[in-house]
Amino acid sequence: MSKPQGLLARAWDSDLAYSFRTTPVAIVAALVALVIVLGAVLAPWIAPTNPYDPASLNLMDGFTPPGVENAFTGNSYLLGTDNQGRDLFSTILYGARISLFVGVMAVLFGMVLGISAGLLAGWRGGWIDTLLMRIADVQLSFPSILIALLIFGIASGLIPPDRRETMAIWVLIIAIGLSDWVQFARVVRGATMVEKNKEYVQAARVIGVHPFRILTRHILPNVMGPVLVIATISVALAIIAEATLSFLGVGVPPTQPSLGTLIRQGQQYLFSGEWWILLFPSLTLLALALSVNLLGDWLRDALNPRLK
Amino acid sequence: MIAYILRRLFQSVIVMLVVALISFALFRYVGDPIYAMVGQETSLEDREALRELLGLNDPVVVQFLRFLGNAVQGDFGISYRLQEPVMELILSRLPATLELALVSGLLAFVFGVGLGVYTALRRKGWLSNLIMSVSLIGVSLPTFLIGVLLIWVFAVELQWLPSFGRGDVVELPGGWRTGFLTESGRASLILPAVTLGLYQMTLIMRLVRAEMLEVLRTDYIKFARARGLSNRAVHFGHALKNTLVPVITITGLQLGAIIAFAIITETVFQWPGVGALFINSVRVVDVPVMAAYLMLIALIFVIINLIVDLLYFAVDPRLRVDRANARH
Repeated sequence: MSKPQGLLARAWDSDLAYSFRTTPVAIVAALVALVIVLGAVLAPWIAPTNPYDPASLNLMDGFTPPGVENAFTGNSYLLGTDNQGRDLFSTILYGARISLFVGVMAVLFGMVLGISAGLLAGWRGGWIDTLLMRIADVQLSFPSILIALLIFGIASGLIPPDRRETMAIWVLIIAIGLSDWVQFARVVRGATMVEKNKEYVQAARVIGVHPFRILTRHILPNVMGPVLVIATISVALAIIAEATLSFLGVGVPPTQPSLGTLIRQGQQYLFSGEWWILLFPSLTLLALALSVNLLGDWLRDALNPRLK
Repeated sequence: MIAYILRRLFQSVIVMLVVALISFALFRYVGDPIYAMVGQETSLEDREALRELLGLNDPVVVQFLRFLGNAVQGDFGISYRLQEPVMELILSRLPATLELALVSGLLAFVFGVGLGVYTALRRKGWLSNLIMSVSLIGVSLPTFLIGVLLIWVFAVELQWLPSFGRGDVVELPGGWRTGFLTESGRASLILPAVTLGLYQMTLIMRLVRAEMLEVLRTDYIKFARARGLSNRAVHFGHALKNTLVPVITITGLQLGAIIAFAIITETVFQWPGVGALFINSVRVVDVPVMAAYLMLIALIFVIINLIVDLLYFAVDPRLRVDRANARH
């Protein structure tokens, strides 16, 4: 049998793609995630209004229920409006954009940090390994949301008050990233310790390849499978962490609401009957977190050689 | 055994020292304590005098030792925001958090073990499948969203339960203010406790189910059945008893997580506990409260970890035998 040519054809023919095609849950989860990600990325182009632009808001439009014509202005909105007359659909698109940005960036940061620490600890061993793993142990015994809160608190204290608002998103990314590097470090360290004694690594050492090159070009590609799985599930966790922190009022500033901020604002209007301000951001967050989670679960099973 | 306990104690002390160092660094280097304490009109000389009086010009090691000494005596200074001694603030709010955490932990343990055993014994039943599916959604829902949804259903729509606060509290001798003794106090406790315990409940349930299924396959269960023991004796006397070791560990460790997640639940339900106090202090960078809360949480975690490790010995006799053999 001849092998199909071209990168796309080879990707289509791979075990992973086959597993994806035959797992309905993965396909549905991927579609849901794709819709939300596309909506978030393309928000400036597809959102009907710009929620950051105060000039476009009409206070008379406030509290318009979804799909109902406003009694004063005659405007109608797909998902209704909030107290200031902001179109909820647009606000959710922009909110998902911030949630996704923070989630992905935080995981990238934590991943780079964790991989570096794991490679270093696994390769060098000795005291540096002991030190890094002890830190990891202590950090693991505390819930990551607490760690993120603490780092956020410390960082806010170090930044002058007038710049806190503008830097909040980056502080948030660093706080969440620092709270989840441990998982990556542990997996990479274990794999590195196994790989470094294999013959191809020994051979590379003998011919004098620089350790950095061995680590990045030879060992790293062989530990990427589990790292990818952890990264996917971490994105879901990071999005939830961001939403939680923003809900608690210590995350992104209210002028740039993420999904968590929107839920926090929506909660205030529950008692007066404006349920849609709470419901739609919550559903978006839930769909996003659940679909990414399910994708991560599928990826873990698909990449696990023991289950084949 | 004693050597083991001593080693664990030593490790705990190291962890507490590290946390104390972080707290101290927070205290000393995040923002200027003097700036936070005095008003705008205070002259530079007065500030310098206060700095000298508080010992902020002493060597860092001396300052750290003084911080440790004060911390051991429960003195964490004065809150920048509320201008009250931090320890009093925390102590007055601790009962609310502890009562909430205790009830949540109990809920999670009782329902977690119960549902776990049920789903393991009736593996194919429709109710078991339903429970398992619902628990999957429960794991994916963020804690704060569960709280908000519960408020929506039970407080706003059905109006069965209060949505915020602790209700009426009764002061017990010793200054402990409890909500257990009044009707409004007990009603106020239900929604927060369910919110806080739900995640831990699903976790314990899944763990018990997996462990039970594992144990039910072992030879000694088959042998117990062959001896003609009743189902009840096999399931609860033999199977459940052997699943409890990991369950106790996880429950114990989760108790710490419950206290930490109480931050979120307390914010959602405006529960007047330490978690809400901490969040408010993070928002305005009230360093003394943050430092004290950090030390308190670390202490609770270290104590829980220690107790769980010691419980191992009590629950699993094999560990004791192994240790004894190793010594010979």
